[in-house]
Amino acid sequence: MAETILSIEHLKKEYDGKPVLDDVSLKVKKGEVIVIVGPSGCGKSTLLRCINALEPIQGGEIRLHGEPIGSSPKQLATLRQKIGMVFQSYELFPHLTVMENIILAPTKVQKRTKADAQTEARTLLSRVGLADRADSYPRQLSGGQKQRIAIVRALCMHPEILLFDEVTAALDPEMVHEVLQVLLDLAEQGRTMLIVTHEMQFARAVADRILFLDDANIVADAAPEVFFDTPVSERAKNFLSTFTFERKNKNSQDAALRV
Amino acid sequence: MNWDFIAQYLPLYEKAAWLTVRLGIAGILLSILIGLACAVIQYFKVPVLRQLCTAYIELSRNTPLLIQLFFIYYGLPKLGIQTNATACGISGLAFLGGSYMAESFRSGIEAVEQIQSESAYSLGMSRLQVMRYVVLPQAISISVPAFVANIIFLLKETSVFSAISLMDLMFTAKDLIGLYYKTTESLFLLVAFYLLILLPVSVLGSLLERRLRHAGFGA
Repeated sequence: MAETILSIEHLKKEYDGKPVLDDVSLKVKKGEVIVIVGPSGCGKSTLLRCINALEPIQGGEIRLHGEPIGSSPKQLATLRQKIGMVFQSYELFPHLTVMENIILAPTKVQKRTKADAQTEARTLLSRVGLADRADSYPRQLSGGQKQRIAIVRALCMHPEILLFDEVTAALDPEMVHEVLQVLLDLAEQGRTMLIVTHEMQFARAVADRILFLDDANIVADAAPEVFFDTPVSERAKNFLSTFTFERKNKNSQDAALRV
Repeated sequence: MNWDFIAQYLPLYEKAAWLTVRLGIAGILLSILIGLACAVIQYFKVPVLRQLCTAYIELSRNTPLLIQLFFIYYGLPKLGIQTNATACGISGLAFLGGSYMAESFRSGIEAVEQIQSESAYSLGMSRLQVMRYVVLPQAISISVPAFVANIIFLLKETSVFSAISLMDLMFTAKDLIGLYYKTTESLFLLVAFYLLILLPVSVLGSLLERRLRHAGFGA
């Protein structure tokens, strides 16, 4: 039995008195890949943002290796190094080159030497196929390239868990694949990941567990095959049906006659 | 136009111009420091200091430099603080400029999106590191146009220094007009020297703005 890295207990998050997450509990084991799905506004992104304390919470507790997150600013900064986060809009720093973006936190926060950080950055860059872009500025890159670099930037901090917040939602369709491929590779390396996405095929392929969030709570927590093939709850069925299209009268006699 | 007169008094203007430039640079450098400090204090919402900054900015922006100089020049000795005209000129300019710089830096900081800092925080950076490595570099490049406008404005404001008997360009021109009634020549020299100081600043400023437009790094 793998050890639990992250545990969330009775998490409560409100915006202006309206609950966004209501009594959410979750345990993430080492090496587990969890995909969180659900309709827009159900609190998926908020859940990720709560985990590294970008959002204040109104109740419950989030622990990384048993340590509650956010007990002091200094402890929070230490814990955040162990939690890598990748955003929908990449959020590379526009005034720094790709290399500078990647080594900024390793050198300034972890006080590693520049040479050491650069060596690792080069290795990681070549693994995502971007070794030749180290000296480019973010604005010279495509969305897919920027997102792969944002992933490298997070990896270079040696995080124990990675959070992906709709990382392909802002991308053109042909770039979605190159980014998801990187995520699949990471999953195969045994990384612990929490992924929020709307790419259902990808979710099915990558996930060990699927969490279905709706109305501020976890409605389903199941293996992908179970979740997609035999959804239990009515809400999950409805949600999944929004990803398939059916034309009722296609090729039927009726349709042909009506023309 | 009496060119002999102009040639004769050119060195006097040159000396005055150096005074204007020296005091201007000193005052502007100080005002940049004050402005940065105020902008950062307001961004972090530091209690008490933040209210002091707001009060200072309102006081400084809504009173004329001439009056600020009079307060410093005639007021401080009354409180037992000995001072001289040069120090008064520099601190007056810094007092005025600090608030303008603070406002332009503040708007630059506010233009950097919140999620940029969040992504820096998520990498484990402290608040000061986020400010120093992520927010300020972007904020400053966004504030460049306002910043250049402030520098030009402050350099022009130095013409008020003559009121506390600093022998700057304005003082020299008024002096020569009073002594020799050579109004045209004196004013011509005055305008020429101000342009000589300000045009290069203006040109450099536009170059800088073009390079940093829209924070287009690597363009």
